[in-house]
Amino acid sequence: MTDATHGPDAVTGVTPDTGLRIAEQRAGGEMVAADGTPLKRSLNRALRREKLRALALVAPLFLFIVVTFIAPIADMLFRSVENQIVSETLPRTVVALEDWDGDDMPEEPVFAALAQDLAIAVELKNHTRLGSRLNYETTAASSLFRRTGRGADDIGEDAADRFVALDPAWEEPATWVGLMASPDWIEAQAEWAAGADDDAGPEPRFELRDGVADALPRAADMYAAFARVIRTEDGDSPTEEEPWPIVCRALHGDLIANPDAAAGFDGANAQLLAAAAEAAPAFEVTGFRDTFLDIDEDWGDTTIWETIKAFSSPYTAGYFLSAVDLQLTADGVARQPEDRQIYGLLFGRTLFMSLTIMGCCVLLGYPIAFLLANLPMRSANLLLILVLLPFWTSLLVRTSAWKVLLQQQGVINDLLVWSGIISDGGRLALINNQTGTIIAMTHILLPFMILPLYSVMKTIPPSYVRAAKSLGATNFTAFRRVYFPQSVPGIGAGCILVFILSIGYYITPELVGGTTGTFISNRIAYHISQSLNWGLAAALGTILLAVVLVLYWLYDRIVGIDNVSLG
Amino acid sequence: MKLKSLMLTTGAALIAVPALAQEMADEMTIVSWGGAYQNSQLKAYVEPYQEMHPEVEVIWDESSGEAVAGMRAQSEAGNITWDLVDVTAADSMRLCDEGLAMEVDPDEILAPAPDGTPASEDFGEEMLVSECFIPQIAYSYTFGYRTDVEEWEGRTPDEICDVFNLEEFPGQRSLEKRPHNNMEWALYCDGVAWEDIYDTLETEEGQDRALAKLDTIKDQTVWWTAGADTPQLLADGEVVMGSTYNGRLFSVIEEQDQPVAMLWDAQSYDLDGWVIPEGLDEPALNRVKDFLYFATDTQRLADQAAWISYGPARKSSAPLVGQHAELGIDMAPHMPTNPDNASNAFVQNYEWWADYRDDLDSKFQAWLAQ
Repeated sequence: MTDATHGPDAVTGVTPDTGLRIAEQRAGGEMVAADGTPLKRSLNRALRREKLRALALVAPLFLFIVVTFIAPIADMLFRSVENQIVSETLPRTVVALEDWDGDDMPEEPVFAALAQDLAIAVELKNHTRLGSRLNYETTAASSLFRRTGRGADDIGEDAADRFVALDPAWEEPATWVGLMASPDWIEAQAEWAAGADDDAGPEPRFELRDGVADALPRAADMYAAFARVIRTEDGDSPTEEEPWPIVCRALHGDLIANPDAAAGFDGANAQLLAAAAEAAPAFEVTGFRDTFLDIDEDWGDTTIWETIKAFSSPYTAGYFLSAVDLQLTADGVARQPEDRQIYGLLFGRTLFMSLTIMGCCVLLGYPIAFLLANLPMRSANLLLILVLLPFWTSLLVRTSAWKVLLQQQGVINDLLVWSGIISDGGRLALINNQTGTIIAMTHILLPFMILPLYSVMKTIPPSYVRAAKSLGATNFTAFRRVYFPQSVPGIGAGCILVFILSIGYYITPELVGGTTGTFISNRIAYHISQSLNWGLAAALGTILLAVVLVLYWLYDRIVGIDNVSLG
Repeated sequence: MKLKSLMLTTGAALIAVPALAQEMADEMTIVSWGGAYQNSQLKAYVEPYQEMHPEVEVIWDESSGEAVAGMRAQSEAGNITWDLVDVTAADSMRLCDEGLAMEVDPDEILAPAPDGTPASEDFGEEMLVSECFIPQIAYSYTFGYRTDVEEWEGRTPDEICDVFNLEEFPGQRSLEKRPHNNMEWALYCDGVAWEDIYDTLETEEGQDRALAKLDTIKDQTVWWTAGADTPQLLADGEVVMGSTYNGRLFSVIEEQDQPVAMLWDAQSYDLDGWVIPEGLDEPALNRVKDFLYFATDTQRLADQAAWISYGPARKSSAPLVGQHAELGIDMAPHMPTNPDNASNAFVQNYEWWADYRDDLDSKFQAWLAQ
């Protein structure tokens, strides 16, 4: 303990922090607190309590920020890599495509898997969503899935007809339940059906019987999917509904592959299956591939299959690649065609114009701030109100006012023509281009430059400049060597504010930017509200955020964030 | 007598309401486009409906421009705050595809025509473009031009290709800042027949050809995003001709009396109508259905045409279109569907655009940015 009385701790006494350090220094020492516990542990406990208290005090605000700010942004940014829709909607197809080499049209099993996936997706109305998703990557995917969805109901109809012609029992829901369902489920379902009137809750979840998945793998898979979908979507029971035709088609395939499937069953089921297995090879059914080609010949094209394969993983870099003018193809990453590259241009333009606007704001704002800081209080206040007045006016009103001023038949052009500076035919194009955006945004962001500059200049004592002059400096030298360096923190603060605000600006460029004066944020807005490609919007937003953070880091390295002052 | 019958009907209505087993919400949020169009809906069927059902409060939300994004966000948040949404035909298709709008059977929820024709036939297949769409009006994208341009020396543009003719018709144009319609017009004026337009646009060469045609007027073009832009630009004299919705031009010409005239040639039809968001609760859905049955009947759609120059979507409404409610002029000649105006019209291929929108848009935007 005595050691602690030497350094600065002599004033405050031993705090948990310094005590801990002392205890650590005496490694192996048997320092104990008054109650006999080792000092190190008791000090640790005290320290932890203090930290927890501090944490509890910031917790409400921290939680608020996490829930209302960080979580939504993280969720939105997460969309830039998320791609579960393909593997969730077409699970069988994605697996079947794994072995596909990409050279020719895929083989029959892939089409069979697609037929099964689509039959389910159409019932769940998911196929059109998948189509819209794939359409971002391949044109015409949207209508391909929409058209195929309309035809998907009939896939397997021919097989179903053969089965029914062979034995009308195949039309009976009970036949299928007897074949597919586990005895436990049949019992539970019967019990539920008996008491269904008094709100017994939903029907018990369907269960396959043991062994059927081995004997008739595809039919069992499809039947289970059928039972699940009609239960959740329509509130129907497999005991009352004839299965989809695709189940019959799958059964046909299973019986061809495994003619002895009936061996695993007994009684009437076995007879029924045996009869069907015998007759099955003679059934005339269209292959899945031909069925799909019949619905739409685009299924014969490898493009759509390449896209499904390239985007089959649950997470994708595809959106980020699109955001930097690249694309994901079956052979890897490739550049977008020349005439579709826009994002690199837009990112570059956004940076360039934001820097230009920032520069204009410094040039225009510095003299005003200087004037404000050096005028007598009363006139300075009046001037300050003039600076703030537009700040309090609606952004839209100010932007529209610029339209009236800048357009070719507008006030400025009219004045120039009237005064003879330009001819009537040579009116200046000041709006719907970069010039318009720079003028309007400089005006809108100017207060964000003037205010920090003003508050920093206020604190520069006038005696410094007077002292410099008394030592023989000219006005200019005094300003350059004495005044200006002291105002640099204000410039830094203003530049950061203006630059970061303008890089994400959206409304003003949209209204006055025309085609050459729009920013990347206009494209983000387009993808959020018009094209609905939220993944791409999220990727563009993430890149924009990263660019700002990198620039901020660079600024910190070069200028130093400590040198920034808001006053 | 009048008062008595009114009291009788009110009384009957009061008795009839509890007799209905369905529970209906008293609040309904309708999403529309604002402006003159929303006003026509208000006058033609929302106010009359509220007179019949004074307990109903209608909240307007002017967000139809972002309807698809809004409905997706509401659906993902699991909090549907819109009850009835006014969208274009193309948006209704996308909402249906995404499962965000409810599929409806027109014959089940909409009134038949006065002569008993079922609603599906009265609207017709060309109007019912998706399973979720309940059409209200047909409008068109067409051009307006100023009638006082000195350089034109008395000539007036009377066919679409005059838009591309800078020699005879110099001056700035305004076109919409997206590929829709512009590509079709460009190809048509480059000599492609209407029936081949979309086949041509599917090919890379066809797209380049359309853009090359647009290139000829690119530096003389202002690109608009809001429907109000072209009317304003025309009125200010910023542009000498420009495309926009025909109803907007009607109000510039007839209501504001500007020196502007219509170029009906090659107008492009589009549709506007209602969709019901998927996932409404029972009382809200019942109210919406009750309102829709009334608001889309033959008379109501014809009444709407008295407020705005858009053609009613029902065939049976056309003969009932009368005069403008305030100006007192005949509306029929101002309808995009009027035979004199429709001689060279074309219908946007929504399904085609649903497929090619993303691809063509990136190409179009890249072209614009150059």
